[in-house]
Amino acid sequence: MEFAELIKTPRVDGVVLHRPFLPTVEGTLCLTGHHLILSSRQDNTEELWLLHANIDAIEKRFIGSLGTIIVKCKDLRIIQLDIPGMEECLNIANSIEALSTLDSVSLMYPFFYRPMFEVIEDGWNLFLPEEAFKELESMTDEWRLSEVNKDFSICPSYPALVTVPKDIDDDSLCKAATFRHGGRFPVLSYYHKKNGMVIMRASQPLTGTSGRRCKEDEKLINATLRAGKRGYIIDTRTIAVAQQAKARGGGFEQEANYPQWRRIHKAIERTNILQESLIKIVEACNDHSNSMDRWLSKLEASNWQSQVKEILTTACLAAQCIDREGASVLVHGTEGTDSTLQVTSLAQIILEPACRTVRGFQALVEREWLQAGHPFQQRCAQSAYSNEKLRSEAPVFLLFLDCVWQILRQFPCSFQFNEHFLVMLFEHTYASQFGTFLGTTAAERVKLKLSQKTVSLWSWVNRPQELERFLNPLYEPNSLVIWPSVAPQSLLLWEGVFLRWNRSTKCLDEAYEEMVHIIEYNKELQLKVNSLRRQLAELETEDALPQTP
Amino acid sequence: MDHIRTPKVENVRWLDRLTPRRIAVGTLYLSSTHTIFVENSDARKETWVLHSLVGSVERLAGTPAGCPLLVRCKNFQVFQLLLPQERDCADVYASLAHLSRPERYGDLYCFSFQPNLDKEERERAWNFLDLLADFSRMGIPSNLWHATPANHEYRVCDTYPSELFVPKSASPAVIVGSAKFRSRGRFPVLSYYHRDTSAAVCRSSQPLSGFSARSLEDEQMLQAIMKSNPASEYVYVVDTRPKLNAMANRAAGKGYESEDHYSNIRLHFVAIDNIHVMRSSQQKLADVGDLRSPSMGDFLWGLENSGWLKHIKAVLDAGVFIAKAVAEEGVSVLVHCSDGWDRTAQACSVASVLLDPYYRTLKGFMVLMEKDWVSFGHKFSHRYAHLDGDPREVSPVLDQFLECVWQLMEQFPCAFEFNERFLLQLHTHVHSCQYGNFIGNSQKERKELRIRERTHSVWHHLWENRVEFINPLYRVDHNQTQGVLRPVTTPYCFKFWKNMYSPVERGVAMRLSDCLNAVREESQQLEEELDAHQEVPRETDAEQGIHTPTKHACLETTLALYPHATVPSHTHKLGQPSNICPPFLKNPRVLKLVTPP
Repeated sequence: MEFAELIKTPRVDGVVLHRPFLPTVEGTLCLTGHHLILSSRQDNTEELWLLHANIDAIEKRFIGSLGTIIVKCKDLRIIQLDIPGMEECLNIANSIEALSTLDSVSLMYPFFYRPMFEVIEDGWNLFLPEEAFKELESMTDEWRLSEVNKDFSICPSYPALVTVPKDIDDDSLCKAATFRHGGRFPVLSYYHKKNGMVIMRASQPLTGTSGRRCKEDEKLINATLRAGKRGYIIDTRTIAVAQQAKARGGGFEQEANYPQWRRIHKAIERTNILQESLIKIVEACNDHSNSMDRWLSKLEASNWQSQVKEILTTACLAAQCIDREGASVLVHGTEGTDSTLQVTSLAQIILEPACRTVRGFQALVEREWLQAGHPFQQRCAQSAYSNEKLRSEAPVFLLFLDCVWQILRQFPCSFQFNEHFLVMLFEHTYASQFGTFLGTTAAERVKLKLSQKTVSLWSWVNRPQELERFLNPLYEPNSLVIWPSVAPQSLLLWEGVFLRWNRSTKCLDEAYEEMVHIIEYNKELQLKVNSLRRQLAELETEDALPQTP
Repeated sequence: MDHIRTPKVENVRWLDRLTPRRIAVGTLYLSSTHTIFVENSDARKETWVLHSLVGSVERLAGTPAGCPLLVRCKNFQVFQLLLPQERDCADVYASLAHLSRPERYGDLYCFSFQPNLDKEERERAWNFLDLLADFSRMGIPSNLWHATPANHEYRVCDTYPSELFVPKSASPAVIVGSAKFRSRGRFPVLSYYHRDTSAAVCRSSQPLSGFSARSLEDEQMLQAIMKSNPASEYVYVVDTRPKLNAMANRAAGKGYESEDHYSNIRLHFVAIDNIHVMRSSQQKLADVGDLRSPSMGDFLWGLENSGWLKHIKAVLDAGVFIAKAVAEEGVSVLVHCSDGWDRTAQACSVASVLLDPYYRTLKGFMVLMEKDWVSFGHKFSHRYAHLDGDPREVSPVLDQFLECVWQLMEQFPCAFEFNERFLLQLHTHVHSCQYGNFIGNSQKERKELRIRERTHSVWHHLWENRVEFINPLYRVDHNQTQGVLRPVTTPYCFKFWKNMYSPVERGVAMRLSDCLNAVREESQQLEEELDAHQEVPRETDAEQGIHTPTKHACLETTLALYPHATVPSHTHKLGQPSNICPPFLKNPRVLKLVTPP
C-alpha cells in the first residue's frame, strides 16, 4: 500500500494551530506518510511535527467554510487546527484518521525512521538475557539458563532463554508449561542477593473445576525453596475472580498440592477496568468547569488513584515477603503479562538499588516487560480519547510508571533518573520513532527483525546529550530497601502526565532549575577546593624533601 | 498543683496512633505546664507536650494491657497512652482535662514561660517588628493618606489598634460618624497601599444599613477612599460573605452598602462561609487525616465531604479578586464581612501576599501577621480556644490563611523566603500560648494584660531560629520573587495539606528543603575557603618568583579554620542510611510538639 493513496490533500496554506501554552502559529500544513507537519516557514518559530501514530482521536467542526480539526493525542495533549476550505479540511481529517489507525506493524514509522545521530552503543544489544544470567551466576549456582523455549513453541510469550531452578530439566518445564495459562511456567524474576530469596512469576495454573494438578509444576516451584522454608504465592486477583477463572479452566494453587506455600489474594483490576479508569481521570482533568466538589468526586469515581494504591500495596507485600519475612514469592494473575509484571517490577524497584539507576531501570523494563511478554502493541494501541471500540487497550505500563513516580517523589534522592525520564517512556510506549515497544512478544519482535530494521530507544536515550535532561541532580546511591508509603494521603495525582497540558509548569520548572543550579554550583566549588587542596599536599611533600646543597 | 494528683506514672506505653507498631515504654510526668514522657530506652528520649496544645483527652475502653488515653493536639498530632493502673489513668485524665482548659489568662503558659532573656532583651524582642515602618515602606503617610489620632485610647473602636491610617480628606466628624454606622465601630481604614498603582486595600465591618438606613458620614468616607486614588472613578466594596447571608443580616439592622446610596461603588460578593461552617468542615477534614488505613475511596470521599478545599479556594479567590483590582485595574477596594475580623483578615492578607513580594519574605510575613491579624483584632483567644469558653467561638480562620499560603507555595516554589515548616510552627504557636503575641482578642486587651511586660514575643524567637525556616529555592532576584503572583485556582490545583493534617506522614518536602539548605550552607563554606585561597596568588604575584611560604601558611590556616570541610561532599552529611526515610539528614529536624523550655 502506498501512503500517497491515503493523502488526498498533502498541503494546505493558511492553517492556524492552537496549542496549550504556546502562541498560535499560522502556516502551511503538510501531511506525510507518518507525520502531520505545520510550519510557519519562518526561521524563528518552532515547527509542529506530530506522528500520526500519536493521534488518538479527531473531531471536526465547521463554521461556514472554515473547518476546525481538534486533534487529541495519545500523550493526552489536545491541539486545534483551523483549516480554510471545507474540502481541504475534510480531506485532511480523513487522511489523518486513516493514517493514524494503520493496522500493519511493518508500516509503522520506526521501520522508516533513519536516525540523525550516530549509534554508538546499540540499545538492542544492551540487555541480553545471557548477560543478566552471568551476573546471577556470580551470586548463586542454584539456577540455570534454559533454552527449552528457543523456538518459542513451549510458551509463545516467553523469550528464548529463561532462568529456572538448576534441578529442573527441560522435560519438566515442558510439562509444567502445559499446566499454566499460555504456557507461562514459573521462571525467575528476581534474586535478592542479601538473603537468596527470589521472586518467580508465572500465569495462573490450569486447575479447572476438576482440581487438576501437575507434579512437575509443584516440583518446579518447590525447587526454589530452601530446606524447611515456606514461600508465598501472591495472586493479584481477588479470591472471587480467581474462583471464576477456575470455571473457565484456569484457577489457583490448591493448598493440598502446595503445602509449603501460602497463597495471598490481592485486588489489582483487570485490564478493561484500568482502561476505563484512564478515560475517566483524563476526562476529569480536562474539564475546567468543575467545581471543587465535582472535581473531587470525579477524581474518586475514576478510581485511578485506587489502582495506583492497590498495585503499590501488592508490590510492597511481595518485597516484604522477600526482605522482611525471608521467604520466596511466586506472583501471578490470570495471564501473567500485566498485573504480574507490575508487581514483580515494582518490588524490584523497592528492593534493588540497581533498578533505580538509568541503566538498571532500562534493564528492568527490558527484562520484566519487553522480554516477559507484556503486549505493548495491543495495550497501547489507543489511549484515553479514542472513540473506537476497545480491544485490549489498557494503561498497564502507565500505571507502573505512575507507581514509580510516587516512589520517586517519596525518595527524591534515591533515583538516578527524574520525572522527565518516566514521562518520556510513557510517550514512547504509545507512539515512537523507535522500535523498542513494537510487537507484543519476544517472538514477534524476532520475526519483525526489529533489531535490524529499527533503532532502539535506548540507543538514543543513552547518548550523553539526551541523557542529561533525564538525570536527577539529587541522586545519591542508596544501597537500601526503600519502603514507600501507600497511605492515600501520600499518593498524589501525577500532574506531570495528567495536568501536563492543562496548566503551565513554568514556575515548577523554574524551581527545578534552581535546585539543579544549587547542586551544580556546589559540585563546582568542591572541584575547585579539592584541586587547591591537592596543590597544598604537593607543596608540603616538596617541602619535606631534603634540600639539595 | 491541686490538679495533679499523680505527677508520675511508670511503665507507660506511648504510641502514635497512626503508626501502631512504634510503641515506646517509659515514665510519664505531669508538670503544671507539660506532659513529659521519658523513654526507658538508653537514649532516654523525651517528648514534651504543652497542656495548652491539648485539644481533647478521651478515655478508651480498658484492655488487659492497660487503660488507654487518647490525646488529640490542636496541631493535629494524636497519640495514645497506655497506663497500667485504672486509678492512675483516671487521675491523669482528670488532670489533663483540667490543665488543658485554663479558665483565666493568668493560667496560660506564656505568663510562666521564662526563656533566658533579660528585661532589655525582652523589650528589644518586642520591638522587633514595627508596623509604622511597614506603612512608611508603602509610602504612608502621604499627601493623600495620614495617621488619625481618632482611636487613641481606643475611644472609637475598642477592637482596632490605636494607630490607624485614613484618607486625609476624611474629617474627624466623618470618622466618628462612619464608626457609628459600622458594626462595633469598625470604620473603613487602610490595610495596604499599593505604590505602583496608588490603589489601596481598606477594611471595615458591615454597615448598619438594615433595609434603608443611611449615614452621610459613611458615604463620605467611601468617597474619601475613592478620592485618595486619583486615577480611579469608583471603589470596589468586596463583601466576603455569601450574598444570601449578607441579605439576611439586613433584617438585624446590618447588611451591606447599597449601590443607590453610595455613589461610585461596585459591590462584589465572594462567598466565604461563616466560622461555624468552617469549624465543622475542619473537623471532618481532621477525621479524614485521622483515618486508620483508609482506602483511596474513603480518603477522597472524606476530602470532598469535608468541603475544606472548597473553602480554601473561596478564600484564595477572594484574595485574587482584590489583588487583581488593585494591581491590574488600579482600583481601591474596601473589604468587609460581618465584624471584619475573620473573613476580612483572610481576604486582605491573602491579597497582600499576592501583591507585595515583601510579605513573602520571612520578616515581611511576620509583619503581615502582626498587622492584618494581631493588630486589627482577630480574636485569637476565642478562635483558638486559649481559655475554656464558648465552643461556638472557635474556628480555624487563621489555619485557612496559612493553608492558602501553603497552596501558593506549591504553585510558586521560588516565591517565598520561608518554608512549610515556618507555617506549621506558626500554627503551633498560635495554639501553644507559649508566647504572648496571640493572647487575648484585641490590642486593647493585650495592653490591659500587660503582655509586653509579662510575656515574650514569638517573632524574635522565630527569627533567631530562621535557618530552619528558609526556603532554599528563594532568591531575591528570581522572577517569582518579583511583582504580583497570579495563581491558578482551578480545583485540581488544590492539594490536601498532608504535613498539617496527617502529621505522622510528615516529611518529604521538608526533607528536600533541608537537604538543599545543607548543600547551600556547604557551598557557602566552600566559597569562603576558596576566597581565602585565592587571595594568595595575588600576593605571590606581587612578590614575583619568590618561593611561597606565605601560600602555605594561608592554606594551612584555611584548613584549620574549616576542619569540618575536609570531606567536601554533601554525601557524607546527607547520605545517612535509613530504611524508611530518604537518605537526607540523619536527624531531619523533626518538628517537636513544642520546644521544651
